Order: sequence, then structure tokens, then C-alpha cells
Amino acid sequence: MAKSNTSIIDKILNRNEMDDIVNVFPNKVGSQGYDAWGFNMKNMKNNMRFTKYLYDSFYKVEAFGLENIPKEGRCLIIPNHSGQLPFDGMLIGYALLTNQYAPRAPKAMVERFLPTVPFIGNWLSSVGAVIGDPINCERMLDNEEAVVVFPEGVRGSNKLYKLKYQLQRFGSGFMHLAMKHNAPIIPVAVIGMEETIRSYADLKPLAKVLGMPVAPIVIPWVFPSKVYLYFGKPMYFKNDVHKESDVKERVDEVKAAINKLISTGLEKRNADIADKKNEKK
Amino acid sequence: MEQKKKILVTGAAGALAKKVIDKLKKDYKIIAIDFRTKVDLGIPVESYKVDFNKRIFEDVFREHQFDAIIHLGRISAQELNRFTRYNANVIGTKKLFDLARKYNVPQTLVMSTYFVYGASPYNPSLLDETTPLKASELTMDLVDSVELENLSSIYLYKHPELHITVLRPCNIAGPGVRNTFSLLLSEKRSPVLWGFSPLMQFIHIDDMRDAICTAFEKNIPGVYNVAPDDYIGFQDAIKIAGSQRIQIPSVPPSLTEGIARFLKWKSFPPYLINYFKYPVIIDGSLFAKTFGFKPKKTLEDIFTYYRSLK
Repeated sequence: MAKSNTSIIDKILNRNEMDDIVNVFPNKVGSQGYDAWGFNMKNMKNNMRFTKYLYDSFYKVEAFGLENIPKEGRCLIIPNHSGQLPFDGMLIGYALLTNQYAPRAPKAMVERFLPTVPFIGNWLSSVGAVIGDPINCERMLDNEEAVVVFPEGVRGSNKLYKLKYQLQRFGSGFMHLAMKHNAPIIPVAVIGMEETIRSYADLKPLAKVLGMPVAPIVIPWVFPSKVYLYFGKPMYFKNDVHKESDVKERVDEVKAAINKLISTGLEKRNADIADKKNEKK
Repeated sequence: MEQKKKILVTGAAGALAKKVIDKLKKDYKIIAIDFRTKVDLGIPVESYKVDFNKRIFEDVFREHQFDAIIHLGRISAQELNRFTRYNANVIGTKKLFDLARKYNVPQTLVMSTYFVYGASPYNPSLLDETTPLKASELTMDLVDSVELENLSSIYLYKHPELHITVLRPCNIAGPGVRNTFSLLLSEKRSPVLWGFSPLMQFIHIDDMRDAICTAFEKNIPGVYNVAPDDYIGFQDAIKIAGSQRIQIPSVPPSLTEGIARFLKWKSFPPYLINYFKYPVIIDGSLFAKTFGFKPKKTLEDIFTYYRSLK
């Protein structure tokens, strides 16, 4: 097979291809390309070029179950969280943006301290990240948007490597919002991100001094790892609970659905690795 | 012949008040007052220079039986010191409400500002009118704005006969406007904070005039945000308005504050630094729905005006 002459920069700056992708999804921005949460069409196009490189070439993502994403209307996308940095959110976002069944520009709820970081805060909001305030999420669901929520928060993304693929405690806010706003929940499993950046300790006193939620000790290297995304069937919950323990049961139902998708994903990955080994032999 | 209704308009020397007076003077008898100067507004408009906190202010009420007050007069945070501002804006407004009660004025419209919500990294977007006012947590220089709101709310609920309407507009911009962010759009070089471009809303002065006149004529008491549902990043706004951006270091915050204190730029006051960092996006849908209001001028109209100044 002939070796491609296309450089990484060429791959990232493939402008025409991005325009084709971006121009197909519904445009809900104002006259200057912004929406009320700072999402900006121009910045998102630029960011997509980089994400496309990550998605196609670096993580070689394979996505399954994209037909489960509602073509339109409100929904909550609930994945496991991993990888120390928010690349899992970016890959899910890209999968939704380029979804052949119905492309959507999702929003993702992020940690509240991020807007205080120069450049990062603005960049994140320009590509669809929104601070994790329930009021924001309610407004976006009312606006019929697809919203990605990581109920584990930093407990999931910054967990130690030895805890990989073990779901951490889920907050219940997403379930309250799903019930109140009659929004379907799409459980998602992300396989492969756990291995990319590995944390071996969390220096809590340092985190406190820096005013950050965590201070992970990581190997300063992004290990290459193929990523699998599994989107499950929509889950619907009526707004008919009487106590918090009922909500927790429903949260556990979603957690179980994600765990099942994680198992499927890990099996698929193991099978792929075995196939590769057999091919080499 | 039916006598024209009589309206007291405060802050008559301001660009917005002049536009409101100009629009209403055909149908109403306007009495204009300002603490700074006696404004010449043409023959049908009587004009006085008067301080709300002086006893002589009551003479205006003794002489005229008002049907409404449009209270646009406020000393902005760029003017005078904190103590004087508090006296004029808060104590002065209390005096105004008390006189409105004493002389049975059946309607009062009060102009506030979106600054009262405070610029915080934790603000959700589209703040509605029930959101707590946190500006005074950030700086003592905005205490008078928050207190003015609190006072208006107390009178609104305690004295419903006053029919108080409070308007909280986003950044007003356009010809003659001298607030902080409109000054920044009009300057050739404007300070911005390195790495921060908060989302902002702008309303053209002509649309704000129409919003005030509509709220006055429909008279539906309450507190309302006034803002279009169109947004722009602050640094983009500065660029599109034709200004050159001067990047001010944003970390550590104490350095930024030190620079602001040292430069003493009118358009980059230390107490507004957070507004250069974090968005305060307000939800104007209640006002739009209640009063059937839709701004006519676009963001591009606003920026075209500022570009024409350069």
C-alpha cells in the first residue's frame, strides 16, 4: 500500500471537508455566530479540524449505536468519564457532529472552575462546553438540545489507573433533570481513554493550594490507544418519584446500562486485539 | 380639550433621557430635571437643575401634579465618589419614592443595570429576574446599584399604588452613550484581558428608548431584564467596532487590579475587572413577552456606528 504524503497539519487543516460537515447541522446561533452559552460556529469549525485528527488518526475511534441518538429534541448523553483530560467529551461530541443518522452539535457540562482559566474557559465554551450548573442544563433541554453530562465528574476523569473501567459515584442531578424535563437518557461507554493518560496518585494538599479539584501524578505521555464509543438505547423515566432513594435506584439503572456497554466494548476490544495477533502470526 | 398627562423625567442631561423626552414630548407634558445642569430641551419641555436630596426638590412636586415619573437619573460609578453616589442614587431615589407617595403619583419607572447580577465564573447563562443580585459581593463600588434595586423592590411590593417598573438593561450602546463598555467600543485602543473574552449583549440606545416608552405606556409593574437574544464575545466586539485591543495580563488577579489602578482609565475601572472576564448574560424574554418588545437594531448596526467614529 502506498504511503500517504498527507502531513498531520494537512489533516488538521482540511477546511473544505469541515465546512461540509458543519453546514449540515441545525444552526441555532445569533447574528455573530454565538449562542447564549458562548458556543461559536467559527471556533467550533477550527476545533473540529483538530478533533477530526484525534478521532480518525490518533485514537482511531469506532462508534457503535449512533442510531440511538434522537434525530432532534432534548436528550441527555450520559457516559463514563476517563482519561484525566476532557478528550472523551471531545470524541463523543465529534461522533455526534458527524453522526450519519442525524448530526447534532451537543453541549457538554464541565467543571465550574474552568471559566477562571485564561484561554481554556473561552475555548471550551466556544466549542460547546457549559459550566455544570443545573440552571444551564435546564435551559438547554428546554431549548431542545443534546446535553452531555458526566455524572462522575472529576471522580471519574481523574481516578487512579488501577480503578480503570470501575464506575465511580454518580451524582443524581442528571436524573432529576431527565425526569423533570422529560428528556431521554442515552447511556454511553467510552473504552480506551483510561489507558491514554495514567494517574498513579492524587496530591490532595497540592490541589487545595492550587484551588483545583485534583492534582494527579501522571506519566507525562499520552499512550496511543484505540477508542470505542458505545451509545446505548434511550432510557425514559417518568417524573413520579416520591423520595431521593427512588432517584438513586434509577441512577443505578443507568449505571448498570453503562457497565453493560463497557463490558461489550471491552470484549470487542479484546477480540480485535486477538484478531490482530492472529493476523501477525 | 383633554389635558396632556404630566411626566417627570430625571437624568435629563443623559443621551438616553433626551431620546425618551424627544419621543414622548408630543403626547405628554414633560418636566425634565438633572442634578448636573439645567438642560435646554426646547420650548415644550420645562427643565430644572435640582438635587434630589435638597428640600427644594419637593417644590417640583408642589408645582406639578405628575401622572408618572421616569427615573433615569443615576450617577454612574465613573462619576464622583462612592459616598456621594450612594447618597444620590439610593437616598435620592428613596426621597423620590416618598414624594411620589405624598403627591399621589400613580406610576414610576426606574432604570437599573445588568451589573447588579455581578460577573462571576459560576453564573449560569440567561439569568432571569429572580436571580440573586451578587454585584455587591464583588465590589463596594456597585453597592449603590444593588441597593437602588432593593429599595425599588421594597416600594414595588409595599406600595403597589406607585406602580413601579424596574428595567435592567444589558449594555446600552450607540450615539451619545457614555457607559464603560460603549466607551470601549468608541475608543481607538481598548483594554481587554489576556485570555478572556466574555460573552456580552448590547442594545442600541434607540431600542432602549423604545423599551422605556413601551414599558411606560403599558404600565405593567414588575422587574424586567431588557436584552436582545443575540450575543458576541467581548474581544470580537472590540475588533468588529474597529478598535485595537490592548491585552492586559489577567493572572494573577492582583496584577490586573494593580494595572487598572495605575492606568486610571475611565473605561477600565478596577471594580469592573470581573466584567472583562466572566459573562453576565441576561434573559430578556419576560420583557419581550410582556410588552411585545423586539429590538429593531442589530449588533451589526451598533458596530457600524462605532466603526464610523474611527
